[in-house]
Amino acid sequence: MHNSEEFKIPFGPQHPALKEPESFSVALKGEKIMGVDIRLGYNHRGIEKAAEERTYIQDIYLIERVCGICSHAHATCFIQAVEEIANLVVPKRALYIRTLIAELERVHSHLLWLGVAGHEIGFDTLLMYSWRDREVVMDILALLTGNRVNYGMNTIGGVRRDIDPEQIQQTLKAVDILEERTKYYIEVATQETTIIKRLSGVGVVSYDDALRLDAVGPTARASGVKRDIRADDPYAAYAEISFDVITDDHCDVYGRTVVRVKELMESYKIIRQVLKNLPEGPIAVRAPRMIPAGEALSRYEAPRGEDVHYVKANGTDKPERVKIRAPTLANIQAVKHMLKDRYLADMPIVIAAIDPCFSCTDRLVSLSHIDSRDKKTITWPELHQFSIEWHKQQGIDFTQLNKQLEERLKKC
Amino acid sequence: MNKEESIKEDLLKKFSYLDGTFNIVRARRISITVGLENFNEVFVYIAKQMHFGHLCTITGLDEGERLGFIYHLADESGCVINLKTSVSKDNPVIKTVTGYFPGAEIYERELVDLFGAKVEGLSEGNRYPLTDDWPLEQFPLRKDWKGRENA
Repeated sequence: MHNSEEFKIPFGPQHPALKEPESFSVALKGEKIMGVDIRLGYNHRGIEKAAEERTYIQDIYLIERVCGICSHAHATCFIQAVEEIANLVVPKRALYIRTLIAELERVHSHLLWLGVAGHEIGFDTLLMYSWRDREVVMDILALLTGNRVNYGMNTIGGVRRDIDPEQIQQTLKAVDILEERTKYYIEVATQETTIIKRLSGVGVVSYDDALRLDAVGPTARASGVKRDIRADDPYAAYAEISFDVITDDHCDVYGRTVVRVKELMESYKIIRQVLKNLPEGPIAVRAPRMIPAGEALSRYEAPRGEDVHYVKANGTDKPERVKIRAPTLANIQAVKHMLKDRYLADMPIVIAAIDPCFSCTDRLVSLSHIDSRDKKTITWPELHQFSIEWHKQQGIDFTQLNKQLEERLKKC
Repeated sequence: MNKEESIKEDLLKKFSYLDGTFNIVRARRISITVGLENFNEVFVYIAKQMHFGHLCTITGLDEGERLGFIYHLADESGCVINLKTSVSKDNPVIKTVTGYFPGAEIYERELVDLFGAKVEGLSEGNRYPLTDDWPLEQFPLRKDWKGRENA
């Protein structure tokens, strides 16, 4: 890889989690990325077509499986559109329960991301501890819904399960634990010089570029774009809840880290308000099997950013058209921009920083001379190791920090 | 006057031919239908002059004889304008909006692959989302395309 000739690297493509799997073909001169060509669609499952052939009730469960991490996000976004077309007034208690699950999902997703980010930069103790803490919220999700992911909470007109006072107490207790831990992660993220040095100036996308490229979610907010559907276009119970939209002006991976850890604190704030003000009453209204003709556009702030669903109904029990735009698709152009003129060693963390679930699978990277057919292959773990070693040579070493965190958390 | 009404008034003042095509669905949701011949000027006016600077996505629709396209444009206050246009299936040519929204590239490629739209001005590049060996003239989101028959 230490070569001045230009290489072209096919990078990808399998990506099991979302509707938008990625393959990056990277043109490399020495260790510098000259350009990135992105090919998507390897995991296209035809869910939009399949949704047209199923009933609305079946579609809830199909669409919940667009993404394993943001399953509640997609199901809720879809159902909101259907409810708008059918003119259903969803009971307030159901809206509050949807909001509760949404924020618990955001907590588990952001803690998952924090671990992945730690792993990508060689700070594996952070991965171990944030994922251990994530189990606290996974247990609560399992307690409230019966599942760790794909919760099956939604139905047209409300939710399928109520929550009782005992569950509320357990959730509040878990939130207290998570809040304590998150405070420490904020301290680590904002004060540890090794992290600041490693993440600052990496994967830069300016405020203007984030707007121009239509970036969404924490990726946009870390570039100072105050765009959050929960505040701008409130759904579920968000209009009745007070919270801050976290932004940062670092415009890099460091900024994206700060935004996510601070957003965790906002999620705890929202969860407490939801549980304190949970209205009494029914959890669902009866919905018709046939949805009257009409159309609606629904937006939802998923952990990764704006999720968009468009539904067109034709008066039958099956939709005429379901269109889904998941947040990663909106952030792909921004990734292309972030990687240009950066070093290959920063590629794993830059891609991981938009949180596309990209780093969760091993994949093969093949290196080839741009003008010949000779191929050399390295695996994703090898590239990951190269990235860590490369930065060690630049003076960024997480060994000491890993030990410190272990010592500190052992005492907790 | 609420925000949606004032958007309607502003647009009608500028483009009188839009009269009768408005639908204020609810707070923060407006639908407008426009002919392809006037699409560009209305689109640019909404995106640039009215500051609807975020293109959420583009939805393609099979409307029988025609293909429909909805451009979902949002502003910073959370208001969304669903700007609809349509073309005949015989010659489904639309112009690219990547000059205004570079992020639209992937949404337009989706229209090309899944609906068979022809997008004038869209740069060369990888297709999305279908595979490179997907048969020509098979557009899965058209209503006459049945998965099992084509398998």
